[in-house]
Formats: sequence, C-alpha cells, structure tokens
Amino acid sequence: MDVTKVLDAKGLACPMPIVRTKKAMNELESGQILEVHATDKGAKSDLAAWAKSGGHELLQDTEENDVLKFWIKKG
Amino acid sequence: MTVNMMTAHEVTQKVFNKEELFILDVRNEDAFADWKIEGDNFDYLNIPYFDLLDGVEGILDKIPSNKEILVVCAKEGSSVMVAELLSEEGLTVSYLQGGMKAWSEHLEPVKVGDLNDGGEVYQFVRIGKGCLSYMVISNGEAAIIDATRMTDIFTEFAASKDAKITNVFDTHLHADHISGGRKIAEQTGATYWLPPKDAEDVTFEYAALEGGNVVTIGNTAIDIHALYSPGHTIGSTSFVVDEKFLLSGDILFIDSIGRPDLAGKAEDWVGDLRESLYSRYRDLSEELIVLPAHFMIIDELNEDGSVAEKLGTLFAKNHGLNIEDESEFRRLVTENLPPQPNAYQEIRETNMGKVTPEEEKQREMEIGPNRCAVR
Repeated sequence: MDVTKVLDAKGLACPMPIVRTKKAMNELESGQILEVHATDKGAKSDLAAWAKSGGHELLQDTEENDVLKFWIKKG
Repeated sequence: MTVNMMTAHEVTQKVFNKEELFILDVRNEDAFADWKIEGDNFDYLNIPYFDLLDGVEGILDKIPSNKEILVVCAKEGSSVMVAELLSEEGLTVSYLQGGMKAWSEHLEPVKVGDLNDGGEVYQFVRIGKGCLSYMVISNGEAAIIDATRMTDIFTEFAASKDAKITNVFDTHLHADHISGGRKIAEQTGATYWLPPKDAEDVTFEYAALEGGNVVTIGNTAIDIHALYSPGHTIGSTSFVVDEKFLLSGDILFIDSIGRPDLAGKAEDWVGDLRESLYSRYRDLSEELIVLPAHFMIIDELNEDGSVAEKLGTLFAKNHGLNIEDESEFRRLVTENLPPQPNAYQEIRETNMGKVTPEEEKQREMEIGPNRCAVR
C-alpha cells in the first residue's frame, strides 16, 4: 500500500487519536493514504465511524501486540 | 461559563428521584443505539464527538437552556473536550466522570429490608447494566449473592458494617457479567457456593449449592434456604432468606422472566423454566419479597431505587407468569429473543475460570445492557 504519511497516536487517549488523525488528514490530498497507529481500544469503532462521516475510506485495520493500525484513504 | 464534573452516583440519584437531565451523548451512533443512560425524565442528543472537533456552534440550538446538561462519552476524555467547547459558548455544563465505563461499573447500595433479628438486606444496584447483587448482614457476618467483579465495593461495605464475609453465592453461572464471587471468597476466606450443574467445567474449588442446603449467617440463625429452580441455566438456584425474601436469580424478574438460551439449550430448558415458575414458585408464600438478579427497564425500579416486589403481586401482574398455554410459553421464551449479551460466551468461560482476561478486557466484555430476560 502506498502510504503518504504515518501518524503515531500510540499512548493517546480519546479524543486525541481522532483529533490528530483529522489534523494529519487535512494535510493530505484526496486519494492519499494515512496510516494511523493507536493503542486506545475505542479508536477502532470511532475511527471507522469518523472516516465514514467524513467521506474517507477505511481501507484496512489490524491489531498486533495491542497496537491498532489503520489505513485511511482521504475522500 | 463553568464545566462541572458529575459522578455516576449523582446521576444515579437523578434516576432514582426522576429528575430532569439533558444528556448530550458524544459516543458514536452505534454505541448510543446499543446502550445509554436511562432515566424517566432524561432527554437525549447523540452527536459523535468527532463531528464537533471544529466547534459546537452547529448544535447550540438543539441544547435547551432550562435544563441541566450532562455530556457523556465512553471514557470521559471526549466529554471533557465537548463540555469545554460548550462552556466557551457560554453554557454551564457537566461531564460524566469516568464516562460510560464508570456508569457500567457503578453500584448503588439500597437497603431493601430488615431481618427478624435486626440484621439487614442490601441490594447493590448496578444501574448502568441492570445487574443486582445482594448482601445479607446479621450479627457481624455477611453473605453476598451474585457479586459483580467490582469486589472492593462489597468488601468495603461489609467492613463499614463491621461484618465478616463468611459465605458468597452465585445463583447460577452468569453469562452477562463477570462474577466477583470467587475473588471475594479468596480474599476473605469465605465459602464460595455454586450450583454444581452449572459448574461442571469450572477450574476451581467450590462448595456445591443444592436445593435443600441451609446456610446460617450470624449466630442468631438467619437461614438461607436454597431452592433448585432451573430454566435460565440448568443449575439456577433461588434462595429464601429469613422466610421473607426470595432471591430469584435470573429466573424471575419484576416485569419479565429469565431466558433459557444463553448456554445454547433453549429447547431443552424451556420445560424446566416453566416448571420453576409455574410449579416450584407457586408452592412458596405469596408474601415473599422477590429480589431478582437483574432489571431490564428503568420502570422496574421502586421509588427508593430498589428493585423488589411481592411474589403474589408478580403472580398477578408479570405477563411471563400468566401464560396458561404451554406452547405459547415455549414460543415466548425461544422465539424473537432479544440479542444475546455482549461477549456472553467469553464471560461464561471467565466465570468458569477457563480464561482470565485483563481488567481492561473484562470491562470491554461487559459493555452494554444485560439482556438476560424475555418479556
């Protein structure tokens, strides 16, 4: 996957993972991909819902060793 | 204006007192639809916090000026952010301390009655999840029935009453919440009782709770009589305490009855459920005060916040006790059942001791309503 930017939001509690994701997303062009790393379990459902409501596409998400990773394509 | 913190205890008092409250729930829409803070006079607005990151101007006209406002999220952080944004717009608002996580874990002790020798019975209302636990206290000894995993609340409460916890019971193997019974027993040296038919796969030692067992609390003999009443699970056991209270577990609730399907055996157990409710319970005194292990809807709360009703009243009013036709009863409890509780299989395995998830994981497994009943 051609990732444009990686955002490290590990260790941050809600709402910061989304606040940072939104900010990072503002710097991308439509079609570019942001990879987000987070440890807040709530980020999973919230990022999915946020991406949907913002017109972005959540391409994939994984969980490994308590780190959640998301790949979001800017809409 | 100012941002205040409201505790789960304070919100619980508003539920009990039927006060008005406007709740701005900033969790995502799925979470709100699944489970929220319930109150007779509460109004709601659900806007996910991530739709408010650019400001709250767009929702100001939806927030009443004449009601107290509480912002709620999953764990607190987002509700503080939104509360501060509202405050910057000139509103006075509160956020819920600890969010829905704290709401799910909050227990409110309510006294439900006195015993003949001067002892007391307390109900611990887990208001956010609808679970009810009990403590019977008599002459410096305490028994706990259907304890939740927030065990400190029980051990501290017993200590505040100068009572030593001697016996801990679970009416059945729970599927909706993680039992604190075994942990309390380990900490205090109390005996942990479980119905053996529900405990075939457990990995720890327990005392076999069977119909006919009598356990005495305190030296003036508050007797707890066990009554085998299968149906929700095959081992489900009720208790008659001091010939006055019927602890009905997940067999009989105030406005609903137990569901027989959470261990995957609805068809097998529906007959047992009917026999327990329509035959075994019929043999008991109608004067007994029924104390169930759950409530499902906030209407089941009495004015003091307790969940209790005379058995005779339930025979008259509870729909689940008034279905004469056996096949109709069978349909009610096996078809169109509500969704099963969140993570109920994992919760059962945790209660068997087969798995021991970390605390954060346990919390997550228990999120949401209990869903142990059918109406």
